[in-house]
Amino acid sequence: MSLFQIIFMIGQILILTLILIHNAPIMAWVERRGAALMQNRLGPNRIGPLGLFQSAADGIKFIFKEDQIPGHVSKFYYVLAPLVSLVPSFLTFAVIPYGSQIDLGGGQILKFQIADLNVGILFTLAIASLGVYGIIMSGWASNSKYAMMGSLRSSSQMISYELSMGLSLVGILMVFSSVKLGDIAAAQGQTLLQLGPIALPKWGIFIQPLGFLIFMTSVFAETNRLPFDLPEGESEIVAGYHLEYGSMKFAILQMAEYNNMLTGSGLLATLYFGGWQMLFPLGQIYSHLALSGMTADWVRVAFEIGSFTVKVLFFMWFFVWVRWTLPRFRYDQLMDLGWKVMLPLSLVNLFITAVMISYGVI
Amino acid sequence: MLVKQKKSILSELYVLEIFKGLCITMKNMLFAKKVTIQYPEERRKYSERFRGQHYIKATNGVENCTACMLCPTVCPAECIHIEAGERPDKEKYPVKFEIDALRCCFCGMCEEACPKDAIKLSNIYEMSMTRREVWDKDFLLEQRGNK
Repeated sequence: MSLFQIIFMIGQILILTLILIHNAPIMAWVERRGAALMQNRLGPNRIGPLGLFQSAADGIKFIFKEDQIPGHVSKFYYVLAPLVSLVPSFLTFAVIPYGSQIDLGGGQILKFQIADLNVGILFTLAIASLGVYGIIMSGWASNSKYAMMGSLRSSSQMISYELSMGLSLVGILMVFSSVKLGDIAAAQGQTLLQLGPIALPKWGIFIQPLGFLIFMTSVFAETNRLPFDLPEGESEIVAGYHLEYGSMKFAILQMAEYNNMLTGSGLLATLYFGGWQMLFPLGQIYSHLALSGMTADWVRVAFEIGSFTVKVLFFMWFFVWVRWTLPRFRYDQLMDLGWKVMLPLSLVNLFITAVMISYGVI
Repeated sequence: MLVKQKKSILSELYVLEIFKGLCITMKNMLFAKKVTIQYPEERRKYSERFRGQHYIKATNGVENCTACMLCPTVCPAECIHIEAGERPDKEKYPVKFEIDALRCCFCGMCEEACPKDAIKLSNIYEMSMTRREVWDKDFLLEQRGNK
């Protein structure tokens, strides 16, 4: 590894960490404005342009609030829990590629992905399921029945939906025969169907529509977002697992949730929407520019990062959009959906994919 | 009685239904008129007969009130306190006229009872205070409306 590559890697890590840190306040603003607009209100629009500095004000408030630890909690685990849920939420984003690579010559390759691990998507799944420990810990250490109920709900929900999530992923892994996210994203650049001038790319959603639906639903359940936000069902169990938390510790729990959303969006974009493959007008513009040499590479990567960002932002918005459209599930309905619908459907999806691959359709 | 509704297979699948729901929220977000009133700049339009902050009507700088005690008598909240006195020209007038706004229920009965058209309820609804002050005569003599 040359010095330039090391500096590039450190810069990448720093930038992505900054993005992940700022994701939570910005998404909080998007969520509040989005909710307000969908409910025919205006939402926070006073501070700064369009109310954008509202989240900064919220952040300042969180930092300056008294950091109180209630007397009845188990102190060590109570303090540890937000960190345990925050760290996995940062780690999972490491394997998601947000651009292809640049060959500098002489065997030097710049990868726009923090860690191109051999286990790829399996790493994300493994680390993401660590996040549930933070939630269980926070609920249990709080020594409060509502927090306890919330964390119990969360753990059973996450375990139930991890099954269908993993099984729906197997379909994608079979089609692209790789678990490395970089390979999966690169493979989605091929053309699936040529309809006159329109080329349908080999995106995951066109090959695995059922798998996409199951995976998306599971991601909603895994990130505890509505319609599956029973762990924090405020009408039944006050605020669920973060009931006893205040000030920055509460903000960290929220941050972990929003980071999980970002990782979920990144996975959805990478696995089913072509990852960094360029979106419709950008690819045509790039081939029109007819650049060469180093500039061509950097422009290509810039376009790819732009496309990936648009896809991820769409899914982030989709999380908010669904939240303010669908009502919350009842707990037994959630479990029914997970075990009686999602699990059999993902097995059916797996079977269909296997048959289609063995007959050479895809 | 619980009646099982017949649903088509498409609505049982929920995917289409959820898509319809998403369309509704998006339509509301983009096109629906927003109901928010941005308070200090925009204000809600109240009726002309809205009963707000009190004032004592004055003609030529002299209050109309003759301290006849009809308003404290009719007041259901007992928030009006009047002490009567005499002017040099033998006319009765209120030396003290106090309204405890925290007790007042803004029913407007004092306004109805007043034979001299003196006590009035204006259209002003911003009456927040930082102290529990009783409105005295000087305060009430500010002409806050022209009803």
